[in-house]
Amino acid sequence: MTWFFDHLDDVLSRGLQHAYLAGVPLVIGLLIALPLGWLARRYKFLYAPFTAGFGLLYTIPSLALFVILPGFLGIPILDPVNVLVAMTIYTVALLVRTVADGLGAVPDHVQQAATAMGYTRVKRFFAIELPLAVPVISAGMRVAAVSNVSIVSVGTILGINQLGLFFSDGFNRDFYDPLFVGIAACIVLALLFDAVIIVLTRLFTPWLRATGGRA
Amino acid sequence: MISGLIDWLTDSANWSGSDGVVARTVEHLWYSGISLFVACLIAIPLGLAIGHTGRGRFFVVNLAGAARAIPSLGLLYVMVLWLFPKLVGDSAFLVPSLIVLIVLAIPPLMAGAYAGVEGVDPAARDAAKGMGMTGGQVLAKVEVPNALPLIFSGFRSATLQVIATATLAAVAGTGGLGRFLIDGQKVRDYPQMASGALLVAVLALVVDLLLAVVQRYAVSPGLTGRGSGRPAEGGGVRRSSRRSNTPLDVEIVSSQRTVDSQHT
Repeated sequence: MTWFFDHLDDVLSRGLQHAYLAGVPLVIGLLIALPLGWLARRYKFLYAPFTAGFGLLYTIPSLALFVILPGFLGIPILDPVNVLVAMTIYTVALLVRTVADGLGAVPDHVQQAATAMGYTRVKRFFAIELPLAVPVISAGMRVAAVSNVSIVSVGTILGINQLGLFFSDGFNRDFYDPLFVGIAACIVLALLFDAVIIVLTRLFTPWLRATGGRA
Repeated sequence: MISGLIDWLTDSANWSGSDGVVARTVEHLWYSGISLFVACLIAIPLGLAIGHTGRGRFFVVNLAGAARAIPSLGLLYVMVLWLFPKLVGDSAFLVPSLIVLIVLAIPPLMAGAYAGVEGVDPAARDAAKGMGMTGGQVLAKVEVPNALPLIFSGFRSATLQVIATATLAAVAGTGGLGRFLIDGQKVRDYPQMASGALLVAVLALVVDLLLAVVQRYAVSPGLTGRGSGRPAEGGGVRRSSRRSNTPLDVEIVSSQRTVDSQHT
């Protein structure tokens, strides 16, 4: 515990960096996955190749992606952009299917009602389909958020600045305190992300509370 | 960079010998295989039992979520630091890493087995009971075959996790393809690192595709609609979402159910 308080500044600065590396790709990834998921839903023949194809990206082990990407992007391996791009790829890989399935779970009669009320396709998407898909998309976001926080720490092996550096600090000095602080900080950050997503989901789905949890 | 990578990969000296690509790949598969085997022995019976009896649901759902939050690299370092002085010889490098791989594989496997059995159509289960099947028969003849898609998706998710983490284990002194990444980094040999990374990525992809093929033929045609020329009942959306290799979230399945519930 004393070690933690002595190194509070380090924990906070690395924690912020970690949150940045894991959090920004979450938002970018969602913005990329929304149109892709919509396409996969709109054109049936795209569903299988899109969900399976983007899902395959998740197969690439994180350390491998961190090492291969700089070669393609032409940036140094320690550049934070490297991690941001890698994490965005993982987020998109997880979310394309979630978005497509979430949009697909919107009942037909609701869509027909919206069309009958004069909603154009674009307006129907933003006013009806997307809001109704929020619970499913949010479940996918929670998985992606927690997995991102954990994956970012793999950057430790390459020396990228984030909470995982405490693991190697502790390991190299045969000293448990930084190791446990690093792990605990990662878990706290993951829980924090999870909590933020839950709160945002509640804000975006007021009808779930009004109808007692039934959509 | 690309030319350095091609040079490295086409140099036959890098492929043979005890530290060549072939030997490292075999090592990697061996670590992954043994860990998955042990993890299956523990997780699948437990997951099936929890799904069948409905007891301990809370435990699995939370374990699967919580396990994802634990950084695998941190866990690996803790295990090595703790167990290394207690072991002798080569096992001192290997055993801590294998334990971590097993621990990481258990939650997705258990979640898959649990969610698969729990999600079986209650009507099918009742029909089996009505025909006079015992609890064990219902599990073996109805629940497990119906749960196979989700058991497989848990297995694939666990396999990916294990292959990725077995790469990290090289920092703890084990063999496997991660060695090229770690050793290459020490001497600033980017072509070697990139080649190692590419090989791991290809290995993960090939293994996942192989498992997808196995799954396709292991799962009953009644569930997949394979061969009948039409998708299985349910419109394919939920079925295909069960075929994924991405981390399985028990909550996704249940949240879809709430959205769907007004149909039924």
